[in-house]
Amino acid sequence: MALIEVDNLSVTFGHAGSRVQAVRGVSFAVDKGESYGIVGESGSGKSTVLRALVGLAPVTGGRLTIEGRDLAGRRPADFYRKVQMVFQDPYASLHPRHTVDQVLAEPLSIHRFPDRGARIARALEDVGLGPGFRFRYPHQLSGGQRQRVAIARALILEPEVLLLDEPTSALDASIQAEVLNLLDRLRAERGLTYILVSHDLAVVAHMCERLLVMQHGQAVEELTREDLRGRAAAKEYTKALLTASEGYRAAAETAT
Amino acid sequence: MMSGAFSREWLLTDAPASRGQARAGQAYRSWLALKSNRLAMVGLCIIAALVLMAIFADVLAPYDPITGHLNTERLLPPSWKHLLGTDDLGRDIWSRIVYGSRLTLMVVTLVAVIATPVGLLVGTISGYFGGFVDTVLMRITDIFLAFPQLVLALAFVSALGPGIENAIIAISITSWPPYARLARAETLTIRNADFIAATQLQGASSLRIIWGHVVPLCLSSVVIRVTLDMAGIILVAAGLGFLGLGAQPPQPEWGAMIAEGRQFIIDHWWVATMPGIAIFLVALGFNFLGDGLRDVLDPRAQK
Amino acid sequence: MSALLDVEDLRVSFPSRSGPVEAVRGVSFTLGRERLGIVGESGSGKSQTGRAILGLTPPPGRTEARRLTFDGKDLRHASAAEWRAIRGKRISMVMQDPKFSLNPVMTVGRQLMEAAARGTAARDARAQALAMLEAVQIREPERVFRAYPHELSGGMGQRAMIAMMLITEPDLLIADEPTSALDVTVQIEVLRILDRLVRERGMGLIFISHDLRLVSSFCDRVLVMYAGKVVEELRASELTKARHPYTQGLFNCLPRIEGDRRPLPVLERDADWAR
Repeated sequence: MALIEVDNLSVTFGHAGSRVQAVRGVSFAVDKGESYGIVGESGSGKSTVLRALVGLAPVTGGRLTIEGRDLAGRRPADFYRKVQMVFQDPYASLHPRHTVDQVLAEPLSIHRFPDRGARIARALEDVGLGPGFRFRYPHQLSGGQRQRVAIARALILEPEVLLLDEPTSALDASIQAEVLNLLDRLRAERGLTYILVSHDLAVVAHMCERLLVMQHGQAVEELTREDLRGRAAAKEYTKALLTASEGYRAAAETAT
Repeated sequence: MMSGAFSREWLLTDAPASRGQARAGQAYRSWLALKSNRLAMVGLCIIAALVLMAIFADVLAPYDPITGHLNTERLLPPSWKHLLGTDDLGRDIWSRIVYGSRLTLMVVTLVAVIATPVGLLVGTISGYFGGFVDTVLMRITDIFLAFPQLVLALAFVSALGPGIENAIIAISITSWPPYARLARAETLTIRNADFIAATQLQGASSLRIIWGHVVPLCLSSVVIRVTLDMAGIILVAAGLGFLGLGAQPPQPEWGAMIAEGRQFIIDHWWVATMPGIAIFLVALGFNFLGDGLRDVLDPRAQK
Repeated sequence: MSALLDVEDLRVSFPSRSGPVEAVRGVSFTLGRERLGIVGESGSGKSQTGRAILGLTPPPGRTEARRLTFDGKDLRHASAAEWRAIRGKRISMVMQDPKFSLNPVMTVGRQLMEAAARGTAARDARAQALAMLEAVQIREPERVFRAYPHELSGGMGQRAMIAMMLITEPDLLIADEPTSALDVTVQIEVLRILDRLVRERGMGLIFISHDLRLVSSFCDRVLVMYAGKVVEELRASELTKARHPYTQGLFNCLPRIEGDRRPLPVLERDADWAR
């Protein structure tokens, strides 16, 4: 049985009159230990799928299950010990007036974990930040360091599933490589399950075994990493994305 | 290690070693920014002078503020004996102003202590939960906002009975709504931030989020607003005193002093003018400080 | 071919509490009627370089250069009036986010006409504006002409802004991350417009971006900037032959669809590069 199942998910924002259907009937399943990618352009609803999974977006149709249990309405407290999320913009996802220490201590105190000090030190170590970063404020950190703190925060509750919403798109290319390597290593060490959302096909191909292409709130097609490498896309849209990801010259040639 | 504690380097380090050091460093940075703002420092000095005046009133005031020499020293102009002159009851005006600073400071402090938390609480709860809670709380706020502050305070004081305590209560009741509005607006922009979502995803309760995450971010703009409003609060208190609804004679309240001096304003100008200058200076001080705080605390004001 | 733009030893510095900080430290290059890419990571000084050329260094920053000539004119000591004659007419700049560059309370058409109108009749200006919107591949120029900026999608807004920058037929266009906010498929279309303008009108283009792969596939020449300096200049087609370790590192650390490199090579920064 799959760890996470999304069955015919629909998400609608707004009230009568100005309704926006962000996600329309999307289904996929993710096995334990797998890394699953969702690719699409802005407005494709890819991030909304993640937000619906954790209860940040209203589910208006379909079913979400984790380990066979239905997710509906308010999530039970232990859900958050199992599923955590990393957001796109490391400048917006850390409280500007909280030190790294406070950021990491909060989840531990919510879930009443023992020996918090040691856990915080270890979490920082795990994401490649030394003890020197523990009492800094976000404005004393670079973008890459902030994203490491956000990853440490997500992992400090020892979850099984990590939802990654464009975790590197706000970072420079060299920092992106570091963060992707970190995520790769953490998954190998801890047997984590990832769902990674990105607009960058190369990032998804690097990180995920399987992926779903989305457009206008709908699933276009599901591919494996091998399909992607072999350019074995069935749908026009996926092909267009593939050529566009190779840069200008390749795309210009195919179009004219 | 101890030798390094509280040195400039220790405070401004980029890698603090403890929670305390991180906080102290942050506070020191804000202080440095405030210090470089000249007007804010002028304001701070005026307010510090007010506080010192209130503390050392017994030392600073040469005469008794309540009883004067009715027969010999009525309405004397400023002189070396009476620096700011005397009033119609032969009381030294400088002494009355010095003791009056205690009343002013009390009004200001109590109003800030009562109105700020109420406004902050109503505003953040309203903004964070939205929906029905928001509607109810904001309509109540609107009702209070619909009346001019002085008029509403007047109504409250007439109902409660004149006196400085009731004046403070009336001013507090009438001054929280703008803070609630401000805190709500601020909360609305914070509510959908990723860091709030991240905290929700850790299973934090709403109370925890409001108290630990939303309030600290609203606090600075509310504090700025309260500081800027202090001038207005002093004026309302003085206004109530002027109308005889605040401090009761013979208390040396500055507004009441102006009211008493009003009858002699043509022939004996100093009786009304001196407390007026005092009110003006303190109001100016709070405004300068509020402006400076805004420059330091409000990131949007920075260029 | 004489150079359109000649920059030598360009420096931009900003004062700070601990002395001036140099954002651009001695950048030199010449530009003909070609596509020049400037690539670098955040803080490399690439955007400040673009702004400095147009004299748009935000205060209190200071710009210095040994030589800064555009079409034979010395820009270093240009007066306000001279700048007015250059900016927008002979050199235009496209920014990353159209929302900040278009006037929100004026229709796109009026803004275009205003840019075009200097010296032309209203009727001509209108025709010119519509033609320009068509030139940037907007399918319904009439609708966009009447629209306010907020009514346009990101790609449409970006194209409208490019139209506005181009309606004066500049000789040089400085594009600072003009496509970073756009989806890849739209990105290609916008680039195609720029490409055509360079080829057909002989416009010079400075394309500033963080995206090494995109720049190298689009431009003729690439300057790689690091810590305010140009560390390498190379032909875009010869990116794989880059000699500087920073360029190599920047190129290698990108994940690729084919080829499984795990872990990704990480850029080891050398303090010497910044010297």
